[in-house]
This record gives sequence, structure tokens and C-alpha cells, in this order.
Amino acid sequence: MSPSVPLQEMIRAIRSARTQCEERGVIQRECAAIRAQFRQTDNGGRSHNLAKLLYVHMLGYPAHFGQMECVRMIASPRYSEKRVGYLGAMMLLDEKQDASLLITNSIKNDLSHSNQYVQSLALCTLACMGSAEMCRDLAPEIDRLLRSSNSYIKKKAALCAVHIVRKVHDLGELFVPSARSLLSEKNHGVLHGAVVLITELCERSPETLERFRKTVPDLVQIMKGLVISGYSPDHDVAGVSDPFLQVRILRLLRILGRNNEAASDAMNDLLAQVATNTDSTKTVGNAVLYETVLTVLDIKSESGLRVLAVNILGRFLLNNDRNIRYIAMTSLQKIVSTDHNAVQRHRGTIVDCLKDQDASVKRRALELSLALVSASNIRSMMKELLIFLSSCPPELRAQAASGIFNAAERYAPSKRWHIDTILHVLTTAGGDVRDETVPNLIQLITNTSELHCYTVHKLYRALFTDISQQPLVQVACWCIGEYGDLLLKGECQETEAVQVTEDDVLDALEIVLQSHMSTPTTRGFALTATMKLSTRITDNVDRIRSIVSIYGSCIDVELQQRAVEYNALFKKYDHMRAAVLERMPVIQKNSLGQTNGELSEEPMKESQPGKVKQEETALPPQPAGQVVDLLDLLGGSQEPLQPGSSVGGSASTQLTAAPSSAGGDLLDLLGGFEPTPLAPAPTVTVYEKNGVTLTLSCEQQSESGLTVTLTASNSTDSDISGFTLQAAVPKSVQLQMRAPSRDSLPAHGGAKLTQLVVLNNPNKVNLKMRIRVSYTCQGSVVQDMVQVDSFPGL
Amino acid sequence: MQFMLLFSRQGKLRLQKWYVPLSDKEKKKITRELVQTVLARKPKMCSFLEWRDLKIVYKRYASLYFCCAIEDQDNELITLEIIHRYVELLDKYFGSVCELDIIFNFEKAYFILDEFLLGGEAQETSKKNVLKAIEQADLLHKYGNVHHPNKNSKCWTLTFFQNLTIFVHGQT
Repeated sequence: MSPSVPLQEMIRAIRSARTQCEERGVIQRECAAIRAQFRQTDNGGRSHNLAKLLYVHMLGYPAHFGQMECVRMIASPRYSEKRVGYLGAMMLLDEKQDASLLITNSIKNDLSHSNQYVQSLALCTLACMGSAEMCRDLAPEIDRLLRSSNSYIKKKAALCAVHIVRKVHDLGELFVPSARSLLSEKNHGVLHGAVVLITELCERSPETLERFRKTVPDLVQIMKGLVISGYSPDHDVAGVSDPFLQVRILRLLRILGRNNEAASDAMNDLLAQVATNTDSTKTVGNAVLYETVLTVLDIKSESGLRVLAVNILGRFLLNNDRNIRYIAMTSLQKIVSTDHNAVQRHRGTIVDCLKDQDASVKRRALELSLALVSASNIRSMMKELLIFLSSCPPELRAQAASGIFNAAERYAPSKRWHIDTILHVLTTAGGDVRDETVPNLIQLITNTSELHCYTVHKLYRALFTDISQQPLVQVACWCIGEYGDLLLKGECQETEAVQVTEDDVLDALEIVLQSHMSTPTTRGFALTATMKLSTRITDNVDRIRSIVSIYGSCIDVELQQRAVEYNALFKKYDHMRAAVLERMPVIQKNSLGQTNGELSEEPMKESQPGKVKQEETALPPQPAGQVVDLLDLLGGSQEPLQPGSSVGGSASTQLTAAPSSAGGDLLDLLGGFEPTPLAPAPTVTVYEKNGVTLTLSCEQQSESGLTVTLTASNSTDSDISGFTLQAAVPKSVQLQMRAPSRDSLPAHGGAKLTQLVVLNNPNKVNLKMRIRVSYTCQGSVVQDMVQVDSFPGL
Repeated sequence: MQFMLLFSRQGKLRLQKWYVPLSDKEKKKITRELVQTVLARKPKMCSFLEWRDLKIVYKRYASLYFCCAIEDQDNELITLEIIHRYVELLDKYFGSVCELDIIFNFEKAYFILDEFLLGGEAQETSKKNVLKAIEQADLLHKYGNVHHPNKNSKCWTLTFFQNLTIFVHGQT
């Protein structure tokens, strides 16, 4: 067995180890020696051994075999061993270890030891790692010690009581009487402990808070003594008398004065005195002032005092010490909503802090600046915020971007400014904006019809500068697709126009499509935009066709689906292409998935209410043209009716289950769509003309939900093809048309066509439906309309 | 205060005092992350930072970082003062303290801390009293068994006599 090495030598040996491996070797040897020593009976070096083990533990090596040794040493009669034993207990044992319970008895004995230093060890250990059971066991002892005559013990017992109350809230009651009496002590240590204890008790229980309100005059007295009376060398720190005690008393006063007029009045004078008399040249004075300001702002102080407090914060903002500036902004943040005007006065300084080097200060300044934005200062503030955004640390970008958007939305002085601001943010911090930004921006752009030309020119230019910012690229693609004709016209009032040819535009979109930086969503946007341009440009339709057909075999399912559908639009439904790809109607704000939840009752709602994602993917064949047509048709009607969409390819999201592996499959799927089996419901014939019959049956699904099934059949001698149905319902009713089972009706009733219509009638209005029938028979197109006023089964 | 850490510029831990119950693993994780975060900060930066849901107050004295984690309602500026007070105590005790003193006498650094803070709060606001108590405890540590039947108030006189005895008998 190697002789035990003194502590300091071991430390030296470990430090001189040149590699991690060497160090491990030394430590292993030492631990083995220590373990052997522990097994031996009492020798003089026990405390040294444990100390060595504690050093090893601090380096990060396992030391759990020392736990029992700690327990043994705590019970030793030697003070040296007790001392190191308790230290070991605080380091190695915590309340989760079983061994911690074993020391409860030792602590109990030591709490009533005759020597105060032993008592102190026990108190310290209990306050550091005492578990709930230990606290419950020993609480009466602590209460007894609170009443002892020894200040040294009393101050420790007070803080030990604080720990007990934190662990076991109910025990607070036990300490209330002793805590009260401790306030009349003269010893600063005891006073400090008493104030901390009372603070803890008041924070835990409102009734106790009420009882301790009576102590406000005493506390004020103590504070006055500290602030006014002469220099006390023992407790002075740079001219402030016992700042630690002052800060704790101020904090307690804050809790007692909150929401209570009488208590707040009692402390007004004192707070004013502290605020004016405390020397603010050193940190310690500022610490007291800071606590004073927090108290003034939290209690029901009179307005003069509040102004004084805010002015102190203003002074802090101009302080050279960065810490003080940080503190000031943290406090101002708390009151910016209540004392807005007072904080506004310091807006300049706060905005300057945006340029500070320190990230914490920057963050505070950003939060405060965003809170200070108002209608009057929006332009200048936004300038500063945008400058900040271009140079801000990455972790703050998302917050800054969303803050800027919110501010812009609330206080935008003009639409153009708003759009410019959003574009600026997208170019600088495009990667960090939230997902809703894109649809929000699109909605904003559609609403500003006078700026379409300007917007599309700007976006086109932006597209060329930076193709990697996805939100920007998405919006740009959408705009180019939508307003490409304005771009090609080449003239614009608001900004210098770019002379573009159709090829240039298509090039731009193709670059986006092919760039490896574009996400699938972006590619979707670009593809749709390319498609839309087919109606807005004249010469290069073939090029568009070829682009679209290439993507018909793309690996990405979404792109492939779109490409195939567009192909179909070129081939089979060319007559509808113009109508399908018409200008989008103005998107209503609420229909873009805003979280206020209320669905708009405005007309012209999109066929898929609500979901943002679906908005983006349903952008393609929107029957905007048909909307216009239907309204024209129904021109004379009193009720503004809500149009539905029934074009086969419209609900691309409804067909998400469709695997689109080859071009023809999708359309076949439309034909082969099996209708859900109809529940036996009463049917009524709503239309019968020229051999074409249309019957309707409906079934109530839920309180406001209704499924209507339309069945068409052909009893003529010739086949009918291109059979489509469209439906319109009253304004408050929501309508969704499922894909029809087929689009042709063979002669002599060979097969029936079924189409489901899902209605939602939350307002329970009188349900009516107008159905338009359109088909081709023997080469001629027939269109007809019927109105259904009563539904069977309802 | 939830915990206090002292570590060197190379990230080696010199002292750790935990006032909240955490497993060894959690303590190691917190220590590692916090040390990394604080060491990454530049010299002129603010002494306060927000980390997880705690406020961290740190200050560098020569080659040692003193780092405290405080709760939301605690006053950051006074915590800086607490750190400073602790450094002053160490300085008085060791006589111009340096990192090596704390490495080789780590248990004494703990004893001093435990005489200044209790359960995470300051227990004695007078520097003199803290140092006096340490002195007495040290004497007891070196020379005394603790079987004195007399009450505490007489402890001072007895230690005085103890000192006398030492002088007379020439013990070292």
C-alpha cells in the first residue's frame, strides 16, 4: 500500500501530468490509495484523504465511494474532520442520494452543539442540500435557534429557514413569529437574514403578506438609518452603507407596497430620499438605485416619484458602463406599456444602443425599439431597424424581421412604403422570416392594384440580384406569373421600367426552376407562374408548353402533378385555359389562415376556405373566369351567390391521393372515380330537358353539414360528352364540389354521372342552389340552368 | 443564487457551489455549456447574459472567471458586488490571492464562501466579521477538539487562551 501523499503534493502531481492519459493514471493510483485508507480504522489523515477525493471529484472523476466516508466524518468529534466531512456532504451528496438521509441525525446533534462553529457547519449544510424530509425533521430546531441569543447563529438560522420554506412551503407558518421579532435586531447579518426570510414568506402566502404589511414603518426606519446616519466602517462599500441590506429591504418594500395604497404612501418619502441621496458614480450605488427604481415602478407611487424613477433610468442609459445600460433597458421594457410617453423621450438613446457591440444589449435595444414604434415615428424608426437588420447577429434576425413586419402592418404610412419595407426585409433576411410572410405579402400586393406594375418591376430586378432568398423568390415568381403582362409592357409610373422581352422573363423563371437553391415550394411557384404566362404572352407559348411537359416526368410528386395538369390544360382543355389562368381576385385577409378564427362572409371566397398551404397549391386552375361568368349569368339576382368550382382539375389537393406516375393517369382517374355509395335518400328530379335528366338527393351529415348528390343521365340516342355541372349557393353557405364520376354520358342511359356537393350551412339560412349544366351533344354545346329551392329530406 | 462557478481561461473548473439539487450529469452538462458560453464572450461585453431561463452574472479577475446564476427577481448589480466581496475576502485571507492559491487550497476557498453565503444568499455583510469567523474556525480546525462544555460567548476568551498556550509551548 503506497503511503498517502499530502493533498498539495497530489495536486501538484496531477497538474504536472502532461497528457490526459497520464493524469488519469495518477488519479487512479490516488483513488486506490484513498479507498484503502477509508477502509482502515481511524488515523490522523482522514480529512486529508477526503479533501483529496474532493479535488479529484472537482476535476470530473467519479467519487461516489467517498459518500459513506463523509457520513462517518461528520459524526467525528474532531472539528477538522467534521469540517471536511460536511464539505464533502455538500459536494457529493444531494437530496437524490440515499446516503443524505443518514446525516440527518448528525446534523440534528450538531445543531444543538455547544460550539457555534459546529452549529454553523450543520446549518450551512442543511441550507445547501437539505431535502424536504430533512427540512421537516429539523424545522423546529431551526426555529429554536432563531430565538437564541447568539447573532452568529441567528443569522445563519434565518437563511436556513429560507431554504426550508422553499423546500416545504407549509412550514412557513412556523417561522412567522420569530421572523417578526428578528426585525428589531441591530446586527446587520441578522437583519439581512430576517429580511430575506420575510421576503420569502410573503412571496409564498398572501395572508402572511398582509400580516407583514405592518412592518413597513419599521423597515422604513431601518433604511433611513442606513441612508442618512453616519459612516459605519464595518458595512461601508464605496460610500454606500451596507448596500446588500439596502437592496433586500427595498425588495421587501416592493412586495409589501404592491397594490396597496397605504403601504406605498408610507414609503414614498424614503424612496425619494434614497433616489436622490445615493451616489451613482460606482456600481454599488447604482445597484441600490436600480432596486429603488424597480420598487417605485411597481408600487402605487405618486407621479412625481415615478418621473424621478424614469429619469434615473434615462441617466443609466447614458452611462458609459455597458452593464448599467443593459439594466436600464431591461427596466424600461417593463414599463414601456404603462409609461409609454416617458420612455419615448429616451427613444434616441435606445436606438443608438442598437449599434452596440454586445449581443445582450442589442437584444434589449431591439425589443425596446419595437415596443416604441408608433404612428408618428414609424418612418425614422423603420430606417434604423432596417439598418440594424442588415448587420444584426443571426440569433436576433427572426425576431427583428417579425417585429418589423408587425410594426409595418400597424403603422404603414402608405402601401408603397409597406411593400418596399417588406421587400427590403426579404432581401436582407429572407431566410429568417416566418412562413406566413409569403401569403401575407401576396395578399397585400393583390390589394394594392395601383402598384402592381411597380411591384412586379421591383421584384423582377430583385430576382436577378439574389436567387437564394426563398420567400423573395416565391413572391417574385407569383407576381411575374400574375402581372407578367405589365412587366412586358415596359412602362411604369413609379419606377424606372426594365425593358424585358418574353424570353427574358421565361429565362428568369427557368433559372428559378433549375437552380439547386430553390426549394420544392419555390419550384412549384415558378412552374405555376410559367403556366400563367401562357395567357399573358403571345410569342413563346410553345416554349412554355415544352417546359411544362418536361416537368411532367419530374421526380417531385407535387411538381409532376402540376405539370401533368397543366399539360392537360394545354391539350384537352385548351378552351378553358384563358379563363382558368385569368387574374386572381383580391384575396380576403381572413381567408389566409389568420388566427383570429372568424371566417369572412365576404363574397368571392376561394373554394378551399382557410388553409394557407392549400392556398399556395390551389393557386393553379382557379376558375376565376367562371366566377365572372356565373355572376354575369346571375346578374339580375337579388342574392349575391357564392360560386363553386367544379372544373375537374381544380381541386388538386382533393386528389392528393392520386399517384401521378404518367401523364394520362390523372385524367383517367377523373373518369374512373367511384362515387361513394349513396345512402337511400329521397331523390328529386330537378332538371329534365332534351333527354338529359338531373336528379338530386341530399343527406344531413351533421348539424350544419349536408351532402348533396347530383345524378345525371342521358336518354337520348347520341352520346353526350364534356358534361359539367356548376353550383352556386347563398352567401353564408360554404360549398365544396367533389370531382364528378365521369364527364360523358353514353346514349340510352348507358351510364350515370354522379357528383357530390358538400355544403356547410352554419347560419341555417334557407338553402337554395343554382345549378348550371353544360355539355356537348352531336357537336353542339348546350348550356342550361336550374334553380333548386327546396331540398328533399330537409 | 442557484450556483456559482469559478473557472480558468482554459475552461478548467476551480470551484463549484450548487444551491439547487441536480444530478451529477446535469451539473456537468450545465458547467460545460456555461463555460463555453462565457469564454466565447469578448472582453468589453456586458457582464450579464440570459442563458436558458436564468440570468448569468460573470466577472473576470485576472485569469479566473467568477460566474453566478441568479433568478429573475434578483438584482444583477448587487450580484456583481457579491462576487467582488468574495474576491476581496479571498484576497485578504490569502494575501494577494492568485489562481494557484485557489487551486492548492480549494477547501479553504469553500470554507470562506460558506462563511459569506448561505443557501445562496449573503449571510454576513461585514467583511471584518466574515474574516474573523474564518480565523476562529481555522484555529479550531488546527488545534481543537470540540468538547468544550462552555457556552458560545466564552468561546472567544478560550481561543485567546489557546493561542497563549501555543505561544508558551512553542508549538507550530
